This record gives sequence, structure tokens and C-alpha cells, in this order.
Amino acid sequence: MQTASEIVTQAGEPERAPETSTARVNLPDRAWVAVLSVLGLGVLVVAALIVAELMRIGGPAIAHTGVVDFVANSVWDVTRDVYGALPYIYGTLVTSAVALVLALPVSVGLALFLTEMAPSSVKSVVSFPIGLLAGIPSVVFGLWGLFVLVPVLRRPIEPLLAKTLGFLPLFQGAPIGLGYLAGGTILAIMILPTITSISIEVLQTVPGALREAALALGATRWEAIRIAVLPYARAGIVGATMLGLGRALGETMAVTMVIGNSPTIRASLFAPGYSLPAVIANEFAEASGDLHTAALAALGLLLFAVTVALNVAARLLVRMSRRGPSRVAA
Amino acid sequence: MKSLARRRAVNWLMTGLCALALSAALVPLVSLLWLVISRGFAGLSWSFFTAIPAPVGETGGGVGNAIAGTLYVVGIACLIGVPIGVGAGVYLAERGDTRFGDSIRFTAEVLSGVPSIVVGIVAYGLVVLPMRRFSALAGGVALAVLMVPTLARSTEELIRLVPGSLREASLALGVPQWRTSLRIVLRTALGGIMTAILLSVARAAGETAPLLFTSLNNQFWNWRPDQPTASLTVQIFNYAVSPYPEWHDKAWSSALVLLLLVGALSLMGRWASRKKFR
Repeated sequence: MQTASEIVTQAGEPERAPETSTARVNLPDRAWVAVLSVLGLGVLVVAALIVAELMRIGGPAIAHTGVVDFVANSVWDVTRDVYGALPYIYGTLVTSAVALVLALPVSVGLALFLTEMAPSSVKSVVSFPIGLLAGIPSVVFGLWGLFVLVPVLRRPIEPLLAKTLGFLPLFQGAPIGLGYLAGGTILAIMILPTITSISIEVLQTVPGALREAALALGATRWEAIRIAVLPYARAGIVGATMLGLGRALGETMAVTMVIGNSPTIRASLFAPGYSLPAVIANEFAEASGDLHTAALAALGLLLFAVTVALNVAARLLVRMSRRGPSRVAA
Repeated sequence: MKSLARRRAVNWLMTGLCALALSAALVPLVSLLWLVISRGFAGLSWSFFTAIPAPVGETGGGVGNAIAGTLYVVGIACLIGVPIGVGAGVYLAERGDTRFGDSIRFTAEVLSGVPSIVVGIVAYGLVVLPMRRFSALAGGVALAVLMVPTLARSTEELIRLVPGSLREASLALGVPQWRTSLRIVLRTALGGIMTAILLSVARAAGETAPLLFTSLNNQFWNWRPDQPTASLTVQIFNYAVSPYPEWHDKAWSSALVLLLLVGALSLMGRWASRKKFR
């Protein structure tokens, strides 16, 4: 038996029509291709501009402070021109970690529910609100976080956590609501649609035969998911998680409004903190001098570098897993 | 070997947990929409859409200038971002099957993950520093940079949906490549591309972070591209973090207006492609 594509390959490529060599016809075509190429280059130009501008504005601060001190120093004192980014880096990492811990199980569970368990009618109904969640502007999330989430965290959730898990340093201290936990929770809600939709995409590429084989061997539905579906989709789900993490690291407004904006490093999730995007948002427009502006732009450069690295890795993973698991193993 | 009953129980437990994930996602969404509508609706009036903000303590006032400002800045962003984004997408679809095309495609994918606040810094360096003032133009440049990568990717995908037979039929009739691209391929994909543009406009209209230090804010009407301009999103932020309860009410009303605007743009987008493909 030959497949259709093999027959086509054997028949050879269809012959190209003889090219019209008259310059009159070719010139506009060449011009069209040239215009398109310039526009295509536009994407690369945009990328180059982003890197160049961040280095140009942020460079002086890094030259002034030194890379190590800039990243490792925890003092940010504008009046003395001392710029240490550690509290912001810490806050960004903690809120993003909280967001992942909360969002990952929910997103993957939701994706599994929609692809593997729910009838297709439920799926088409549910995909609409998830798209809606992805489309809500982050400042509106911030507004909701400030006036709904923060009061709910202050009472009853944070006292409850302190009572049950209070032996951990993570859940100690005064329950003020504004803080790392609020920032992480709002981020979790915001990255949920990202992780869910990409996970759904990845899960849909799992060959039906794998699932059916597991079911035919007597596996329950969950066992089929655990044995056949999840291992196949693992790399793609990791990629989806990294894309969600990238979004969490760079998300600005919602976090700015609920994290408490205090440049300190605390172990407790209840404590107010600060994040990289939040400090840029709050201080950039009213920066007190060139060096202050430069330091904030250097924070932007740092954020840019981290998110680009994450995105490159995540995109490669998602791409590979779309082609199947064999490539991932190689 | 675990007993069948236990395996079934695990199966039902996990199914239940996954279904629970659905409600965990829906509860915040419903709560948010409900509050924006219920708390925002009371503040809506004709003057809310037409007046400029009232100072603290005075009643009345609106966000007319902020609505206009958002449309103005987004309009500038479209003028810059749409040609580059759509053009790059056409390039990727028509000539992108090369290593160079692949690198552009990958760059666009990665750029779409760059935080919007970082793009704000870039626009600050490109426009605000040379002009020595915050301006609507700077905000437009920031939003345009955000639009380009997503627009390029979605345009490419839409053009690739156009059946090859259409292109071949046109070429076989002797129509030159450029006219085939413009009149046949692009025209067929036009509805979808309009959808992509409108969706990216909707996203741009909801951006706050890149506007904070580019178009800044303005308490009055502004129609000049070289002046600071109000926007709905920045106005919501300022109202929300203020200590005045009456401004909090205005934040909710402005959020309702923003959601209506973003929703209307998305709906128009859906409608644009539906009409074309029917």
C-alpha cells in the first residue's frame, strides 16, 4: 500500500511554469518581494531596538554600580544613588512562585477536564469564559484584587493559614492582605488562561491510539491519562508553564496594586513586598535624576533578559512536543 | 495489585478534582465581572462619557478625555504597528519558508512574551527622551511595538489558510506574483486579518504599564500628538490607588467603560471574519 504522499513524491515535483523573462513583468514582482522583505525585517528591527534602547538607558546604572552589586545588594536608596535590586528580584520570584503553585494544578486539571473528560458541549461552553479571562486588562484585575481579593485574604484566609500552617515561616506575621500572597494569587488567576489554553493545544496532539491502547488494557480513564497521555504531553505542559511564568514575571499593574510596595525582603507571604515591574511603574515617570532613570531601565533590562530566556526555552519545548515525544528525548 | 474498587475510586476522585479546577477558574471571573458591572453601573451617566475629571471633593465629572485619549493613542499605534505587523506576516507566509523567515518567526514569538512595561521603557528612550516631554506619540509607539509580533504571527497563519489552488489558479492565468498576493491571497484573508487587527487593538487599549511614562496622563482634553494624554487605563489606576472613596467608585465605572470598549472591539473582530467567510 502506498500513502497519498508517497505517490505524489514518486510522481515528482510538478513542473514549474516557464518563467516570464520580460523585465516588465519581473520588476514589479521584485519590488513586491523587496517591500515584503523590508517589512519582515521590521520584526528584527523592533527586537534590535528594544535591546539597544534598554542598554543605552540602563547601561550607566550598571556601569556605576557593577553587575554583582546591582543584583545582590538589597539597599535601594535614591538619595544616595545606591541601587540594589535584590528586594525587587526577590518579590518577583516569590510572587511568581506562588502563582505557579496555585495556577499549575488548576490549569492542567482544567485542560485535562476539557480535553479528556468533559463532553464536547461542555468544552465549547467553557472555552468562552476562559478566553474572556485572558482578555481582561490587567489594571481591572488590579482593581478587583485591591477591593475584593485583598480584603478576603486579610480575613478570613490569612488568619486561617496562620492557624493551620503557622509553624512555617511562610505563614507568620500580621495578616494585612496587601503582600506577596495577594500578588501571587492575582498572578495565578491571570496566567491560568495562558497555561490552560497551551496545555489544551498540547493535549490535543496526543495520538488517540495511545489513550485507546491504555483503555483497552483495562485502565480506568485516570490511569490512561497518567500512563499514556501525560507522559506524551509532559514537555509541552512544561513549556506552557514556562510561558505562564514569563507572563507572571513581567506582569505589572495588578501586582503593583496589591503587593504593598515595600522594598524589603521578608520570609512571610503575608508581608508587603515589591516587584521589578512594580518599582519601574511607580518610580519611572518621577525618577529623580539620570542615574535613577538608568537604574530603573537596568531593572527593565534584567526583566527583559530573563523573560526572553524563558520564552526561548518554552517555545522550543512547545515546538518539540508538537512534533511528538521522540524528538524531545533525543 | 490494587483492587478494582480502589482504582475506580481514584478515577472518580481525580475526575472530581479536575471538574473542581473548572470552578476555581470561573469563580474569580464571575466575581470580577459582577463587581465591575454592579459597582460601575451606578456611576454611568451622560456626563461621565463627555466631561473631564472633577477635582477631589467636587461631584460630577467624567472620563471623556480619557476615553478619547485611549482611542487617540491606540489610533497612533495602529498607524505605526499595523503596516509593519501585517507586512511582516505577509512576508512570513509568502517568503518565510527559509531559515531567515524562521528566525523572524521565532523572534516574533519571543517578542510577544516581552513584558509591556519593558516596551514602555523602550518607547521612553525612543520618543520621550529626544522630544523632552511625555506625549501621545510615545504611548502610540509603545503600543505599536506591542502589536507588531502578535499581528505578524496571526496574519501569517491566516494567509496560510488561503487554499493554494486559489493562488495557483491566479498564477496560471498569468497574473503576476505581486497582484496575486495583493488581489487574490490578501483579499481572501482580509476578513481574518481585520479580526486579528481588531483583537490586537483591543489588547492595546487595555494596556496600562507602557503608558505610565510615555503618554503619562492629562486632566484636560488633548488632540496634539506631542502632548501628554489621558487614557482610561492610567485613569483607572490613579483612581483605584487614591485614598478617596468617591474616586474608587469612578475607578469601577471607568473599568466598566474599559471592559465595554475592549469587548466591543473583540466582538467587532469576531464579526469581521464571520461575515467574510460565510
